[in-house]
This record gives sequence, structure tokens and C-alpha cells, in this order.
Amino acid sequence: MRIWKFGDNVNTDEITPGRYNVTTDRNRLAKCAFVEVRPDFSAGVGSGDVIVAGRNFGCGSSRETAPLALKACGIAAIIAFSFARIFYRNAVNLGLPVFVSQDIPEAAQDGDTGEIDLVNYTLTIGDKVFTLPRPPQFVIDIVQSGGVINFLKNGGTLG
Amino acid sequence: MYSRSSKTKKALEECRRLGLAQKILSAKAGREVQPGEIIVVEPDIIFAHDTTAPLAIEAIERLGREIADPTRVIFFIDHVVPPSNVDAATLQKTLRTFAKKHGIKLIADGVCHQIIAERLARPGMVIVGGDSHTCTSGALGAFAAGMGSTDIAIAMSTGKIWLRVPDSYGIRLEGTLPLGVGAKDIALKVCSLVGDAGADYMAVEYTGLAERMLLADKLTLTNLAVEMGAKTGLVGGGSECTKTLELDVSDLNPQVAAPPTPSNAKPVQEVKGVAVDQVVIGTCTNGRIEDLRIAGTILKGRHAEARTVIVPASRAVYLQAISEGLIETFIECGAFVCPPGCGPCLGRHMGALAPGEVCLSTSNRNFIGRMGDPSSKIYLASPATAAATAVEGKITDPRRFM
Repeated sequence: MRIWKFGDNVNTDEITPGRYNVTTDRNRLAKCAFVEVRPDFSAGVGSGDVIVAGRNFGCGSSRETAPLALKACGIAAIIAFSFARIFYRNAVNLGLPVFVSQDIPEAAQDGDTGEIDLVNYTLTIGDKVFTLPRPPQFVIDIVQSGGVINFLKNGGTLG
Repeated sequence: MYSRSSKTKKALEECRRLGLAQKILSAKAGREVQPGEIIVVEPDIIFAHDTTAPLAIEAIERLGREIADPTRVIFFIDHVVPPSNVDAATLQKTLRTFAKKHGIKLIADGVCHQIIAERLARPGMVIVGGDSHTCTSGALGAFAAGMGSTDIAIAMSTGKIWLRVPDSYGIRLEGTLPLGVGAKDIALKVCSLVGDAGADYMAVEYTGLAERMLLADKLTLTNLAVEMGAKTGLVGGGSECTKTLELDVSDLNPQVAAPPTPSNAKPVQEVKGVAVDQVVIGTCTNGRIEDLRIAGTILKGRHAEARTVIVPASRAVYLQAISEGLIETFIECGAFVCPPGCGPCLGRHMGALAPGEVCLSTSNRNFIGRMGDPSSKIYLASPATAAATAVEGKITDPRRFM
């Protein structure tokens, strides 16, 4: 697992630029994630990689193609100091794990390698083990169902 | 001049009930609700547009349910209208087919937020839309929040949505607006004071001078609420809530937000003279007739040095602009007048930027690459500043034309 580090205020235009945001095809979306502002990401991202970012990750447009593209290109989780509210909700709805953390965005460096354990909620970088905040149970259920649509189809209820 | 404050916990409990957002949601829920509570409500309007509806349709079909109440559901085609290529046309065909099959109203003659403000929103409504600027309709006293496609799909197929009741961020405007300074300048100034995420998950409630403004100006204020992270923006209410900001606008200068975020606003004097390749006047922020009139007074009888793209926000605005002679003024000055829609704001349709080009726009986002190549730059400003800049081909203080 490789960590892709981003700063504050990463917006959804950067994640899926408007000109590429013309499809719902997962493979096409996967190729356009960060394609313009961070081409090394779209070229090098691998399945199971983790994004670590600063404040207000996913701000701007409500486009759900942003978390969808990140999920489709293999991102296993996003850990940020804080998230924009629409992105956070979209990611949970799609079954993409998102975690708010103060210490990981400070400690993790771009290119770090390690392990993320989404059963025990830990992130290991080198010899350092970080605890991820355990989400509320209904969020865990949604993510483990692979998203809110599957969750509802399997008999889950909201509110 | 401004001041801010945060309430103590006790004072907070006292005033929380006064927020307009909580009042609307309490009326909707049929009981008094408190900030932080998760509630389930039945929205009065549930909508998506040509960029967000396709994923919503996929989710509805995967869910395998019908549309709970088609009379509360609307599809808009406004982002790439008429379609510019096969991809866009194909997505829009999906919308049209689905809408016809399920009896959903489809509207394609203006920007969704403008149409909702003109024809559909009423005080006390709950509106959820697959677009982040859904908060715009809060200017009419509705609780209006943007969401993603899957949430909208669930709302369309169940008729319900869960919401976390937000705290309120009260913004009280004092004083009188100087000549050449308008609602957009206030909105940008407030963004710079509150910050990109300063109102995260909150309802921004404008009071004071804001309550006496024209609806067009109120819509401009609430439109930019999401640029501070807010869930919705409202005008009115008695919100001296969790956080407050008081801003005296009497000595406010025209504001320009330099890249890369709307919060990077500064007085026009600090950026004047920056050469501009393109000017855009329009969008859900500033594409109303009042905005076009301001642009018209500056552009009349002059020649636009910059490539100038003017987009009325709706068919009604377009027709009114024709009858007032504004469209003639724009075409005579060398501007392109485009059909109502969102196009250039998000780099999807008309007015795209080449590498290194600079645009000054009346829209709401100046993110890197939003309107074109990632090396292009976007400055945000009022219709007056945009028109003055169009004439000079460089960022210009509009007051020299007044």
C-alpha cells in the first residue's frame, strides 16, 4: 500500500475535472482521477492505496464521480483532517471508507508504504501504528455492504 | 470593518431555537428539532441535472424501486445545453427517456437554481438537489441543500431524506452599500472572512441589510454559502447563533477573488491591471436581469477588449434582456451571448480556457483548471467589475465607469 499525500481544500474539480466528468463508466472515470493536477497519481495509483489529506477534502461540486473515480482506481480509504460534507456523504454512500484524523495527516508523507487494516481500524506506516476512528455502526454496515444502495437492497434502513 | 463572536454553551442553548434553518426543519418534522439531530423529512422538491442525474438514475435502477412521488421530482438539463458532443447528448437522452417513463418533469431552459427561484421555491420548503449550489434557493426562505447523486436517488425513490440539523452561522450586514459595490462583493468578502470551510455543515443566515436587498442580490449571497462549506444559505431569521459575523459594508471596495479559492478575495485595487483573456458574465451567481443591467450600463457604446461570454441564467432573463435592449448592447460591444445554462463556469460548454489564459468571471469557483487547462487562471468578481474588465482587457475598478 502506498500513501498519496494531498494538502488542504482538494476540490472535486481536481479529482474529476469537468471535461472528463461526462460519463458514469467506472473505467473511464478511474483514468481521470487527478489527471490534470497530479498526473503521477492517475499513472501510478494501485489497488489498496490510501489518500491522506489536509482540511476540507472534497470541497466544491457535489459530483459523485469524484469518490466514484477514486474507488474505481483502487483507493482503499481516504484519511483527512476534515472533509467537505457532500463528499463525505457521497463516499459513505458508495462504500468508500473515509476517516477524520488529526495525527495521520501530520505524520504521513507522500510515497510512504504500509498497511491499512479496515477490520481493526489501524494504519501502519513503518514501525508506527495509528488508530483510525471507528465509524458509527450504520456507516460500517453501509461500507461493508459496498454502498448504501446494496445496504438498502439487503434490507437495511436509514433514519 | 467587521467583528465576530462565538457563543458560550448556555447562551447557545438559548438562541439555537431561533435559527431559521431549525425553524423550517422543525415545521417540516412536526416537532422542535435541535442542531446535531438526525431527522427524516419529505422534501418538497428533489432534483438533479444532466451531470448528476445519470448516476442517480443508475442508483434508482439498481435499487429496483419506482419514483415515490414524481410531482416532487425534477430533472434539469443545464450544464451542457444544447449538448456539445456525443457523450453529453447520450447522457441527456438517458435523462429524457427516464423522465418520460416515470412522469418526471424535465426543464431545459435555464440554470436549475435560477428556475427554482423564479418558479418553484416557496418559504418553508425543503429542497434537495444534486448540485452543490442548491443552497441558492435559501434566499427565498427555503431549506435547500446540495447532495450527491446516490442521496438524490434515495430521495427520489423513497420520497424521504435524512438530514443532520445544522447549527447556524449568523451574518449580519450593517451600513449602506457604496456606489459600484454589490451583493457579489459582500459575498466574496464574507468568504474571505469565514474561510473555505469556516461554515462547514452549518446554515449560513444573512440578516440586517441582506433582508432589505432585491431577491437577485439575496440569491447571490446564498449562492456562495457552499464556498464556505455551508449546508445551506438563508436570508432572514433571528440567528444570533453558534457563530456570528457582523460586517459593515459602508466602506467595502469591489472585491476580486484571485485563484485558487473564493476565499482569496481582496479589494480590486490589489489586482487591477492583471491582463485578462476572457470575461464571463452569467451563472447561478450573477446571471439575472439585474446583473445584466449593471453590465449593460458599462458595456453600452463601448468595445470589449477581452473575449466576453454572456450567459443569461434563464429563458425569462434572456427574453427580458432582449426587450430591454441589453442583448443588442452586448452583441454590439463584441460579446458572445450564449443560451441559458451553466456551460463556461465548469469548463464544460463554451468559453474554455487555453493554457496560461486568464479569465475574470461572475461565477462562484476559481479552482485550478475549472474552466479549462490547469495552467489557466480564474478571478471572481461582480458583474460591474466583470464589465469594466471586459472593456479594458485587464482587471479594472468598475467605479471609474460610474
